[in-house]
Amino acid sequence: MTRTRSLGLIYLSPYILGLMAFTAIPFLASFYLSFTGYNLMQPPKWTGLENYIELFTSDRTFRRSLSVTLLYVFLTVPLKLAFALFIAYILNYKLRCINLFRTAFYVPSILGGSIAIAVLWRYIFATEGLVNMVLAWFGIEPVNWFGDPTNALFTITLLRCWQFGSAMVIFLAALQSIDKSLYEAAAIDGASKLRSFVFITIPLITPVIFFNLIMQMVQAFQEFNGPYIITQGGPLKSTYLLPLYIYDEAFKRFDMGYASAIAWVLFLIIMALTLVAFWSSKKWVFYAGDKRS
Amino acid sequence: MSDISHASDVFTAGADALAEARRHQRIQQRRARISAILRYAVLLGVGLVMLYPLIWLVGASFKTNAEIFANPGFIPREPTTEGYVQGWETSTPYTFGRFFWNSFLIILPKTIGTAISCTMVAYGFARFDFPLKKLLFTSVIAILLLPNVVTRIPQYILFRELGWLDSFLPLWVPSAMAGDAFFVFMLVQFLRAIPDDMEQAARVDGCNSWQTLLFVVVPMLAPALISVCLFQFMWTMNDFLGPLIYISSVDKYPVSLALKLSIDTTEAFEWNRILAMSVLTITPALAVFFMAQKYFIEGISAGGIKG
Repeated sequence: MTRTRSLGLIYLSPYILGLMAFTAIPFLASFYLSFTGYNLMQPPKWTGLENYIELFTSDRTFRRSLSVTLLYVFLTVPLKLAFALFIAYILNYKLRCINLFRTAFYVPSILGGSIAIAVLWRYIFATEGLVNMVLAWFGIEPVNWFGDPTNALFTITLLRCWQFGSAMVIFLAALQSIDKSLYEAAAIDGASKLRSFVFITIPLITPVIFFNLIMQMVQAFQEFNGPYIITQGGPLKSTYLLPLYIYDEAFKRFDMGYASAIAWVLFLIIMALTLVAFWSSKKWVFYAGDKRS
Repeated sequence: MSDISHASDVFTAGADALAEARRHQRIQQRRARISAILRYAVLLGVGLVMLYPLIWLVGASFKTNAEIFANPGFIPREPTTEGYVQGWETSTPYTFGRFFWNSFLIILPKTIGTAISCTMVAYGFARFDFPLKKLLFTSVIAILLLPNVVTRIPQYILFRELGWLDSFLPLWVPSAMAGDAFFVFMLVQFLRAIPDDMEQAARVDGCNSWQTLLFVVVPMLAPALISVCLFQFMWTMNDFLGPLIYISSVDKYPVSLALKLSIDTTEAFEWNRILAMSVLTITPALAVFFMAQKYFIEGISAGGIKG
């Protein structure tokens, strides 16, 4: 690298400008706004901790929204990852149509975030919809999917789990890179399939589990389209996730300060959980060729 | 004598061992076959459950309104294209053609801007040394993990001050400034895996760094760039929150907003119109995916991704 040192920065200039204008400054601005009252008409008015105090003492919608969001994330992420790993494990075998299956399982991930699929969900989980028609074959009474708070959250969770394709593809790539001779050695020593899975497979793919865990968690906390289209946050705010609440406060009631405060609480929760994951990863994530002593 | 009996012992033992080994092999083969059958059964079962809603969607879009909530099968009893014809017209002065055109107008500049800016930035990161490089690359990872909710409101205020509301600029510009950190990260990883011999040779032959980028690096990056464009196309096609916040006039609506509008404005029982338009809105993404699935799968495996 003998070239001028500034040349690299010239190539990076769009990124640096964008970083400043669209990420760094907005990030700080939203922190500032969270301590103000701002309705876009008058300039922001400093109110100190007022927004936060209101959030945590008198705002029952916030409390409901927060607990629903946490429930949603803790339900969705493990379910989705377990399912993705299970299917990847089954696919990781000399099967004839592996590419065909991989493609088929990936299709929902292509479409999952779209409005069309949220619309489809509304139809198939309707009281007289496809799901209840199929359940009727097994003699199960029609379920009121959107009328009952627990069921409604569950349909939103299912929509996310349905899009397990990209997590699966990442798991599959990791599984395929595991040295087969390890399994042969374990089999000779009399280890069962389950034991090899738990003691060989899982430890070797912990970096990928960790990666998927972080990515899925950060995304799940920001879920918007599903609840917005399918349940509109209801019934009884049982699917009123924090991103919906932030959207309503900011873009319907134009209370930018209050919305920023909610956004910051959400951000701090995601940050805290990410940090916990990183910190705990030292104990459970194994990197091949790890030089840490 | 003892030699002979010994030999016969050895022989029978050998034969036994051979038979044992064969039996073992047969058991293993049977196990392998059972395992394969089980795997196929699970995969087919899961695949069917996963894809049936989509198959049903396509079938239902050709059904009459009365049949949609009465027939769990996907083949319509009385096929009709009424849903498509009426859904296309919409309840607005515009047809869905207009909304597809708007989506296209959002996607094309955004994708081109993404490809150009991310290539430049990735090249800068992978091939140059400069002050603060470590810090800047850390910021790429940080953006990757930073939840958008936290920057969305000030971004809106910024675009409002700039007078960009109700235009496509808020959707184009951040991406055209390499704002999608995931793509930068993916291209940097890709470039780092390519030795820079060719670029050295080009420099010896008198190319400057821009020429090297354009004529040597970009061709080598092509497969990764295709992945970038495909993902950006797909994500933008599916994006709803961005247009929801920034686009307010119906004549600028992309298909995602138009579909939401048709849910809100269509008569409660005109289900097949909405289903028909849903099918149309997912068709471009599906078509692109099936034409270029290799790039999608490689892209995810290379960078690891959302969705």
